Amino acid sequence: MGGPLLRVENLVKHFPVKGALFSREVDQVRAVDGVSFCIDAGETLGLVGESGCGKSTTGRCILRLTEPTSGEVWFDGRNVTAMDAQALRLVRRDMQIIFQDPYASLNPRMTVGAIVGEALTIHKLANNAQEYDDRVVHLLETVGLHADHMRRYPHEFSGGQRQRIGIARALAVSPKLIVCDEPVSALDVSVQAQVINLLEDLQQKFNLTYLFVAHDLSVVEHISTRVVVMYLGRIVEIATARELYTTPKHPYTEALLSAAPIPDPQVKRKRIVLEGDVPNPMRPPSGCHFHPRCPRATERCASEAPLLREIAPGRVSACHFSA
Amino acid sequence: MAGSTLASPTGSIGSRAANRVSPGAEAWRRFRRHRLALAGALILVVIVLAVVLGPLLWAVPINEIDFSAKLQGMSWSHPLGTDDLGQDLLARMLYGGRISLAVGFAAMLIAIVVGTLVGAIAGISRGSIDAALMWLTDLFLSLPQLPLLLLIIYLFRDTLKALVGPEVGVFILVVAVIGCFRWMPVARLVRAQFLSLREKEFVEAARALGATTTRQVVRHILPNSLGPVIVAGTIDVAAAIIAESTLSFLGLGFPPDVPTWGRLLYDAKDYLDIAPHWALFPGSAIFFAVLSINFIGDGLRDALDPRKVM
Repeated sequence: MGGPLLRVENLVKHFPVKGALFSREVDQVRAVDGVSFCIDAGETLGLVGESGCGKSTTGRCILRLTEPTSGEVWFDGRNVTAMDAQALRLVRRDMQIIFQDPYASLNPRMTVGAIVGEALTIHKLANNAQEYDDRVVHLLETVGLHADHMRRYPHEFSGGQRQRIGIARALAVSPKLIVCDEPVSALDVSVQAQVINLLEDLQQKFNLTYLFVAHDLSVVEHISTRVVVMYLGRIVEIATARELYTTPKHPYTEALLSAAPIPDPQVKRKRIVLEGDVPNPMRPPSGCHFHPRCPRATERCASEAPLLREIAPGRVSACHFSA
Repeated sequence: MAGSTLASPTGSIGSRAANRVSPGAEAWRRFRRHRLALAGALILVVIVLAVVLGPLLWAVPINEIDFSAKLQGMSWSHPLGTDDLGQDLLARMLYGGRISLAVGFAAMLIAIVVGTLVGAIAGISRGSIDAALMWLTDLFLSLPQLPLLLLIIYLFRDTLKALVGPEVGVFILVVAVIGCFRWMPVARLVRAQFLSLREKEFVEAARALGATTTRQVVRHILPNSLGPVIVAGTIDVAAAIIAESTLSFLGLGFPPDVPTWGRLLYDAKDYLDIAPHWALFPGSAIFFAVLSINFIGDGLRDALDPRKVM
């Protein structure tokens, strides 16, 4: 198969801000502001950035859980953004999502068996009750749970186990792509490792492709093939995980990496402390969105938005000065 | 790597395998902790049993007129005394309780079904349908209820009486009228629940699995929004019993020869000084029924709220 599995082109999502009077649209939050990237089959693309930079929204727009304002999402040669409801239901057999909060993402009134098996019912993937049960048990065992968990309710499980149930639900349709929307941020560190390992095992077993949204840099470095860094709705840098973490090209990536803790007290390094806060996405700064906080900013940055340009094979950066 | 995928190796879940808890059983456990609600449930069961089985055991006719025994107090032959026509009050109360409770529960059902339907449609469809349904709800809320009730009953009572007989006709009319004026709070409640649940991740997950809107509503949103509705329902039963009593008290409910608790009160009001028992018993029956149902609603609200530790 030629070409990438998923291609996102110039994706934009603006949330309208409505005024109190006559619900007139008075402003927009530019959550995602022209994002383009590709994911190849079998790879894990990490998507990192601060809270509110639009990474989760990007993930949801790809699945059209949030309707994008404009832009295109091509999945497996098909334009997802142009699909009608029927076609969209079918394509969702190939694209799934794992949510951040395992406490909010499972229906408290359904048994685990019904939660995991819902996709089988919706897409009529099981011919009879026996086959249905067998598949649900198989899915539960695939994610490290037991067959007798089927008749329990979500509130009887711990956070890590709930996240496994969420993963089993996503696997039920045998998808090609799974959007992992911060799947471990709500878990304890020890459980995070278990879930990450599970995701990696599953990727090998079922040849899955992941879009891994997270703000934990070390987790992303560990699991990703390539990493996309976002700032205020725009991509600032794309690189392979190894290159990004050793030689960041964009000043924002540098600052981000310098803020991540290294588990070794002997290591001394230069800490880049950014001034100020993330600007209001309703009023993004002119030119480069990062220029008010950038240590390298010049007058050019305030007037001219830097384009994403290839600075080395497979490496793109949106900075006038990265080379 | 093989061992890395096993879920918590301590097996904390496995040890609890014997007592798995369904949400229903859990809610019942929590409800039992609420003493007033449990007492309310007991009282209500006693009242319901009394009005259902009572007329079979206490087989005194409700309309046997005996002027030699009028306005008597409590005695062995008339445990709750008699009225101004010498009719046995216990028999009339047991019979009247059937009507009052039936009106209460039937009106509650109408209010909940209509309210849930309106609220669900408004909550799931954005935009103009939602706005139109909420205008309708506000319109109904702003109507002056009692005058309108009186008008409707005045206009339609005779037609319905002629159509299906006096007792059934008035029953249908009273239930419909009370039910149709009580669905608005339920509609608002359900709509609010829908608006918040619609954005929950588990509903989003169902959407991501390809569930249709109907499936999302029926399987995911509605079951999770019914807790407050059940509570509102119990309060509606109490309110409907009182509304029926009000109508009967104003002489606009059931015909005079059909005793309901409200009607008994209405008839008793002229004899409060010489026969207080006549008003006291139906009054306390209404009081206890409404109070116990409200306590049950209280208990249900706490039992169905998972955030409340009990």
